[in-house]
This record gives sequence, structure tokens and C-alpha cells, in this order.
Amino acid sequence: MTGFFGDGHAIALLLFAGFLSNEVWRVLGLVIGGGIDEGSEFLVWVRAVATAILAGVIAQILISPPGALATVPDVVRYAAAAVGFAVYLSARKSVFAGVVAGEIVVLGGKWWMG
Amino acid sequence: MRDSVLDGGSFRPRDESNDSSGIPPLALPALDSPKWQSTSAAFALGVKSALSSILALVLFGTFIGVGAFAHDTGFTLGWAVASTVLVWAGPAQIILISTSHAGATLLESALAVTISAIRLLPMVVTVLPMVRTPRTRMHQLALPAHLTAITVWVESFRLLPHVPRERRIAFMNGLGGGLVLLSSIATMIGYGLAANLPPLLAAGILALTPLTFLLTTARNSHRLVDRLALALGLALYPLVQLLHTGVDIMICGVTAGTIAFGVHRWRKRA
Repeated sequence: MTGFFGDGHAIALLLFAGFLSNEVWRVLGLVIGGGIDEGSEFLVWVRAVATAILAGVIAQILISPPGALATVPDVVRYAAAAVGFAVYLSARKSVFAGVVAGEIVVLGGKWWMG
Repeated sequence: MRDSVLDGGSFRPRDESNDSSGIPPLALPALDSPKWQSTSAAFALGVKSALSSILALVLFGTFIGVGAFAHDTGFTLGWAVASTVLVWAGPAQIILISTSHAGATLLESALAVTISAIRLLPMVVTVLPMVRTPRTRMHQLALPAHLTAITVWVESFRLLPHVPRERRIAFMNGLGGGLVLLSSIATMIGYGLAANLPPLLAAGILALTPLTFLLTTARNSHRLVDRLALALGLALYPLVQLLHTGVDIMICGVTAGTIAFGVHRWRKRA
């Protein structure tokens, strides 16, 4: 049965894997208040792992994309990420410029090859 | 684009605007202005600041991507918007949707989300002392804590010094609430676009997610250790996924992050 929020699994996923797993760190921050060393090496590691997890997910989306993105040829998706990044760097780290450039590659590439 | 995010070991946002001048940013009234007299006025000024923030534009594009992504992975519109309101962390939402779509179990998705969410703890710990007064009760801080995510955190550090201390909770609730509302609308728009656009344009909307997350993560990576973690994570995943472990994302993230951290330690010692 699929309701407004989806089926039972989708709701459990949202509440347990999404909300609780994420919120626990905010609540912990609220409860412990001060007293953590903001510059600690542990937090440097935490941030590195969090960044790498997100990088892995970005790679996952590029390699096995869902839905409409899967209709874009592989090489076009990889080229879009590479061009977007190159333009971001050359446009003084403008996220907007990089996203626009990547989108042009996706739309142009799919139109030509797709 | 202002480039003000986690900077260096001090874990403070870097703000390149000249705040030392003491002039309030954008349209905030002076600290002793009567406009700060009521909490509802402070809340409204928070909402106004959220909508006029340059970071709101990037957030809008990001959440259009999240909505479209949720549509094409088979979630309902209600689920997508609820995830924006309840989780309120773009990376966690994308990790949740992507790992689940790739066949991870509930527990595997939860593990990936929670490890990536540890970074919220120091954000909460550093921002709450800015809004707290000696009379503040714990439950009044629950909403500001929930609203804390990278954009709210960065904007709080920039704006709160220009808000009278006793109005800061209301202001931060307005700021965060405004951004949650804006992002929820973007989630709905993205979901609707993915559902209704012809395949070519729908693919373009879907491509927003990897592009915005790649570039905002790159922008947020000021230190070598973070840049290295980003590069290694991207490079390692194609190899790790060949193993089909079910926890590919975790293996990739912990390995790449730990290698990057190892290089950071080694360079410090050398």
C-alpha cells in the first residue's frame, strides 16, 4: 500500500535511516554543549570521511544513475562532471558557472548522442 | 559567490566580507533599533535574511535536484518534502536516496547517513553559544539545533553578531525556517519537473544533483585533507563497487577519508 509518504519501507527508511541517524548528532551537540575541541584531529578525520562518503555517492550517481539520467550516455555524464569542475575552477570557483557548464554538456550531449 | 565555509582547523566559517566595519549586513537594523523589540519582528527579519542570502540560490538549485532525484528513484512527493523538513541536510538526503536505490538495506543506509552526519555535531556546538542567554532553556534550543546545517551555520556566523542577543533564537528560527521553506518549495518544483518534463530536460534536472554536490563539496574543501578525501572518494568508488558488498559507500568513504587523514598527519609530522 502506497500512501502520501510511500509504503512502509519508505517511511521506515525516512524516519530511521534518514531522520534519526542524522538528527542524533544535532541532539548530542545540544546536550553536550561546549567542551569539545573544535580543532581536534578526530574532527579532521570525521570531516575527511564525511567528504569521501559524499564523493562516493556522487560517483555512484554518475556510474549508476537513476531514471532520466540513465538515458544520458555514460561518456556524456563523466564529461559533464569534468567540464563542470574545470569551469568551476577557471571561473574563480563559481558553483553557478560550473553547474551551467555541466548542464550544457548533459543537454548538448544527450541531444547529439542520446 | 561568497566562499565562507569550514575553514582550517579552527572550524569557523570563513567570511570574506568586511565585517570588522561594524556595519550591519544587507538590510538588518542597528542593534539598538526599536525594530528588534518583538520576537516576531526578529523572526521576520530572519526569514527576510534567508530569502536575500546569496547561498539561498545554490540551495534552491540543490533541492530542485533532490526533488527530481527522489522522483526518479520512486519515492512519493510527500516523502521527498518530508525528507527535506525532517532530515534537513542535502548530503544525508542524497546518501539516503542513492544507497537505498542501489539496494542497500535500511541498516546500511542508516550507517552511511550517520557517519556523514557526525560533522553536524561541531556545527551545533559552535553555533548554539551564539544564541544562548543565561535564561535560555534547553527546549528553546531544540529548533535552532535542528535547523543547523551548513548553510544556516555559515549565515548564522555572518549575521548573528548584528542581532541583539535576546532576539537571536527568534532570528535563527526565522533564518533556518525560511531556508527550509524555500528548500521544500524547490523539492516540490524539482519533483514536478522530473515528473512532467520531456526526457531531455528531465535528464538535465537530474544532472543537477551530481553537479551541485560535486561543486559545493569542492568549494567547502579548503584544506588539502578535504580535497584529497573528495578526490580519493571519487576515484575509489568505481573500484569498490565492483566488489558488490552492499556497503560500498561505507568502505569507499572510510578508506578514502582515512588515507586522506593519514597523508594530513604525515605532512604535519614531516
